[in-house]
Amino acid sequence: MIHQYKLGGYNIVVDVYSGSVHAVDELAYDAIALIDAGHPRAEAEDLLAKKYAGHPEVSAADISDCFDDIDELTAAGKLFAPDAYEDKAFEFKKRSTVVKALCLHVAHTCNLNCHYCFAAQGKFHGESGLMSFETGKRALDFLVEHSGSRHNLEVDFFGGEPLMNFEVCKQLVAYARSIEKQAGKNFRFTLTTNGIGITDEVIEWANRECYNVVLSLDGRKEVNDRFRKDLAGNGSYDRIVPKFQKLVKARGDKNYYMRGTFTHYNTDFTNDLFHMADDLGFTELSMEPVVSAAGSPEALTEADLPVLFDQYELLAKDMLRREKAGKPITFYHYMIDLAHGPCIYKRISGCGSGTEYMAVTPWGDLYPCHQFVGDPDYKLGNVWDGVTNTALRDEFKLCNVYARPDCADCWARLYCAGGCAANALHATGDIHGVYEYGCKLFRKRIECALMLKVAEAMDPELAGASLSAEASAGGQACSEDCTGCE
Amino acid sequence: MKHILSLDTRDMAKSVENGGCGECQTSCQSACKTSCGIANQPCEKAENN
Repeated sequence: MIHQYKLGGYNIVVDVYSGSVHAVDELAYDAIALIDAGHPRAEAEDLLAKKYAGHPEVSAADISDCFDDIDELTAAGKLFAPDAYEDKAFEFKKRSTVVKALCLHVAHTCNLNCHYCFAAQGKFHGESGLMSFETGKRALDFLVEHSGSRHNLEVDFFGGEPLMNFEVCKQLVAYARSIEKQAGKNFRFTLTTNGIGITDEVIEWANRECYNVVLSLDGRKEVNDRFRKDLAGNGSYDRIVPKFQKLVKARGDKNYYMRGTFTHYNTDFTNDLFHMADDLGFTELSMEPVVSAAGSPEALTEADLPVLFDQYELLAKDMLRREKAGKPITFYHYMIDLAHGPCIYKRISGCGSGTEYMAVTPWGDLYPCHQFVGDPDYKLGNVWDGVTNTALRDEFKLCNVYARPDCADCWARLYCAGGCAANALHATGDIHGVYEYGCKLFRKRIECALMLKVAEAMDPELAGASLSAEASAGGQACSEDCTGCE
Repeated sequence: MKHILSLDTRDMAKSVENGGCGECQTSCQSACKTSCGIANQPCEKAENN
């Protein structure tokens, strides 16, 4: 399976099963389309010769060379590669089950009252509560006991707002550090926070102990404060931005993300990203489409889609401009490592929810991930007894990209691994379904991400970018009608 | 090649043999929390190619 598209002045061909990405000229673009449509080479050559009959710059030798290139790549397994992985997907069930990541809900309460929050103001449609040190300690022990030979163990302090239980967060990190060497493990902590509770002590602790911090900010003040209000209804922007800036400045080169949510009210979300970059000085950015019930006023609509597609393209082109200017920004969904990225097992099996990754409630109950917390049908067990609902765990083990019939014809299936099980459940009632709206946005993001890689490989102004190429030639850096960088 | 530039990409077929160690980050732990994308997860094995 291949996917062809044009973006940013480039002709791009994605070979789904080999993972190859090709930048091609017009002639090769048309030739590949003809082969993909089922035409034998001789027939395709004739069709191409007719199409380019009025183009004296395209000779018969050019057309022949073009098909030679295609044949060479096909023989090398980089074009029209067959799907050879389906059996591997289901072999995964036979592999030993390990747990390597926990989302610790240390606080099912929050000091903000964001209307769009999927966690329902931190309580996940249940009781409010804080995780005790004993429960958290048991969760860390559970993780170590079930992690097999995995060395890197990930623990996310989540909520609600985790800093409402900061003392327990500190105690849990101290406990983890006290056992990790003897256990042969390396704990990687992430803090996801709304910023209200950030203090100098939190900054020092988070920057010392946390591998990553995720800082929630929706962008422009009026956008952020539309939803991110405190319990009295006051916007949070003015209180959190200075704290985020102080934390990030002190963080040096350690990982962080400014993580925003966009809704129907701010489909021009690039303005929020650019505000965070240009006005606030943040460079590591993430912006997610709201997960909201259809029909709610903030929910994204079908009519929003073309606007959102344009926004993603605008963002990609602006990121190229910034890179050329020596002031790059990172957008989480455009990060893609083609040469050293995930192996085929990761690309098939996805996020690992319900198997490698689980969420732990303040009371020690286990769920497949944070988005399932509060749904009694999806309770897996608890940190004392382990996974007792093994049938549910096995269902998640098999919930790979090949288990989703709707993904069969999707070119992006090995970039998302079938997508988010929680989103699928909420959209279709089945974890094996797909959240089609999210798929449409995802495919556009991957098209943009790949275009950025092609640009880095082909645009001389981006020389020094990390990509190397096997050969040179092909398409043009920019088409004459492209105005994206203006 | 005159007409096609192939970017340097990981050999998916080869990764059947050398992949699957499971040390890489869990997707949702990083930044999104409400969607799944695995393409941006770096491989932890330095010798992955």
